[in-house]
Amino acid sequence: MLHVKDLTAAIGDKQILKGLDLDVGAGEVHAIMGPNGSGKSTFAHTLAGREGYEITGTVTLDDADLLEMEPEARAAAGVFMGFQYPVEIPGVNNMYFLRTALNSVRRTRGETEVSAREFLSTAQEAMDLVEMPKDFLHRAVNAGFSGGEKKRNEILQMAVMQPRLAVLDETDSGLDIDALRIIAGGVNALRGPERSMIVITHYQRLLDYIKPDFVHVLVDGRIVESGDHTLALHLEDHGYADFVNHDLDASGRPLSGATS
Amino acid sequence: MSESLREIEELTEATYEYGFSTDLDTDIAPPGLTEDTVRLISAKKDEPEWLLEWRLKAYEAWKTMEEPDWAKLQIQPIDYQALSYWAAPKQKPVLDSLDDVDPDIRDMFDKLGIPLHEQKMLSNVAVDAIVDSVSVTTTFKETLAEAGVIFCSFSEAVHDHPEIVREHLGSVVPVRDNFFAALNSAVFSDGSFCYIPKGVRCPMELSTYFRINSQNTGQFERTLIIAEDDSHVSYLEGCTAPQRDENQLHAAVVELVAKDRSEIKYSTVQNWYPGDENGVGGIYNFVTKRGRAHTDAKISWTQVETGSAITWKYPSVILQGDRSVGEFYSVALSSKRQQADTGTKMIHIGADTTSSIISKGISAGHGQNTYRGLVKVMRSAENARNYTQCDSLLLGSDCGAHTIPYIEVKNPGAQVEHEASTSTVGEDQLYYCRQRGMSEEDAMAMIVNGFCRDVFDELPMEFAVEAQRLLSVSLEGSVG
Repeated sequence: MLHVKDLTAAIGDKQILKGLDLDVGAGEVHAIMGPNGSGKSTFAHTLAGREGYEITGTVTLDDADLLEMEPEARAAAGVFMGFQYPVEIPGVNNMYFLRTALNSVRRTRGETEVSAREFLSTAQEAMDLVEMPKDFLHRAVNAGFSGGEKKRNEILQMAVMQPRLAVLDETDSGLDIDALRIIAGGVNALRGPERSMIVITHYQRLLDYIKPDFVHVLVDGRIVESGDHTLALHLEDHGYADFVNHDLDASGRPLSGATS
Repeated sequence: MSESLREIEELTEATYEYGFSTDLDTDIAPPGLTEDTVRLISAKKDEPEWLLEWRLKAYEAWKTMEEPDWAKLQIQPIDYQALSYWAAPKQKPVLDSLDDVDPDIRDMFDKLGIPLHEQKMLSNVAVDAIVDSVSVTTTFKETLAEAGVIFCSFSEAVHDHPEIVREHLGSVVPVRDNFFAALNSAVFSDGSFCYIPKGVRCPMELSTYFRINSQNTGQFERTLIIAEDDSHVSYLEGCTAPQRDENQLHAAVVELVAKDRSEIKYSTVQNWYPGDENGVGGIYNFVTKRGRAHTDAKISWTQVETGSAITWKYPSVILQGDRSVGEFYSVALSSKRQQADTGTKMIHIGADTTSSIISKGISAGHGQNTYRGLVKVMRSAENARNYTQCDSLLLGSDCGAHTIPYIEVKNPGAQVEHEASTSTVGEDQLYYCRQRGMSEEDAMAMIVNGFCRDVFDELPMEFAVEAQRLLSVSLEGSVG
């Protein structure tokens, strides 16, 4: 479904991604872990279409060339990004924002727009999913939200947008254990055979709740190791030290113990 | 960075959709301003002697005055002798039915989206339509008359209700108040008049629609609204003008008298032609608006200023009566080469008076936007309170936003608060919206409308929608 081949990304002279390959099949959940500065967020933004990067390589979603598309076209193609730092938009209420977003992608896809009444029930379901209080729809987008509310709002938006590919960038950062449980519950409820997810995280903790099909370790702009969820457990115990400055051609696999 | 800045610039280059002019058979006075011009205008309007005297007094005052130069505006010198001070569409003798409105004029208003046929009109909004110097029609007159409300053109009021006009004209904005007010007092042509009797809640929104059509003419209208004790009225004005290469002068005066326990809500959606992106053409909008609030009365100004090459305008409230309330809500957009120097004056005289000011300035293109406001608390104003919030939004790197608050407090019990902020539409905000599927234009319009929310919430429903649309259109452009 998603194919990433030899992807590089740079800002000015600074090379961040250095040849990243990843294949994500329909319905799969892939976790990407890695130390600070390894390029995890940059990878997410290159999928979502943020400007300012020089990019080479190929990224296709359902055979469509994502790299050629504007961010809004990617959204219409089914790419959803859960932001690490969701942006505040003062004066614009969530209801209006969400319905505009949903109808924008529907218009682009040639589908009929959703009426206010239909939308309300969609929104209500999404709110229940992440236990958002009733006044949520009439508050401004993320303005004055706590850190946990902002992250819950991202999952709520994902529930409304029903994406083909969800890229969740450190959705667990800054959450207490209850918020983490709510968010993970929302994400799990949204898993499905036609929806793929890329979950970017620092900590194995999140993966206790969202069980990934695959775990990848991203170091210095490349994926240096892939495995199943036990790879995350190893990282939890040993940190990234095994991979940082690790000679990729070395014969001894640092993870041999963890995967056995 | 430069890429997205350029996109923002493109986004903010709007096309003006009301730039057409209508070929009306018009009666225009020769250019120039002398005592004879004043007499001519008065004679054309068949005015009583007292009004002519009043005009002449204003003219004499104006001759001794100088244009104000304190505003942060760059204004090409205006040749007052090159302007024509009287222009009126020639019309068959006015009868009392809308069917008698010149079809060309009706078409013009249809094109502007203001149908003058009563059956097609916005329900519950009465419209006084003014073209160039004169009122062409007023709708819903009978309905209003049943409630005792007088809503008509200024000229009609002078003939039909001379005692009310004479008592209040110039009582809030004296003829010598300032250069442009004096000029207006001398040569004003028409405008709207509104009188709400004691205890009456006006049954519908009142609205005046101003249209400048002729070339090389100034528009000088005069609006007078009187709300008697315990009455209530909501009033809206809208304005457009054709696209022309010369600057046109618009110098209006609006006076509001809110008597005890009454409330006047005055809303403006100003969309005069702003000129092109090189600063050619556009309206010079030099307007004096002021209200006097008596005991327990409330005056609320809401303005959405998206047009005009230059805006010089400070809708003000004299809080004369105890416990009177003044409010000012403003959205001012300056794009292209537009300049706006706008704000308010709140003069606290009575005890326990309160005022609040919410100003939202948006600068784009090469626009310059200045908030200039005065909060003055006189010695007599015990426990006066003011809250001022000025927010500026910058779109692009070639525009400017300036906030100039003046605060004069002579009573130590006063409480005056001022908050100001300046922000930009962040690339991260645009990116966030686009990631959710919105086009860059839609995202920009949404963010800017959100910025203006506090002010739009003060507008009557239909006009809030119109204001939002107008703002979106003003920011619209070609995105690559």
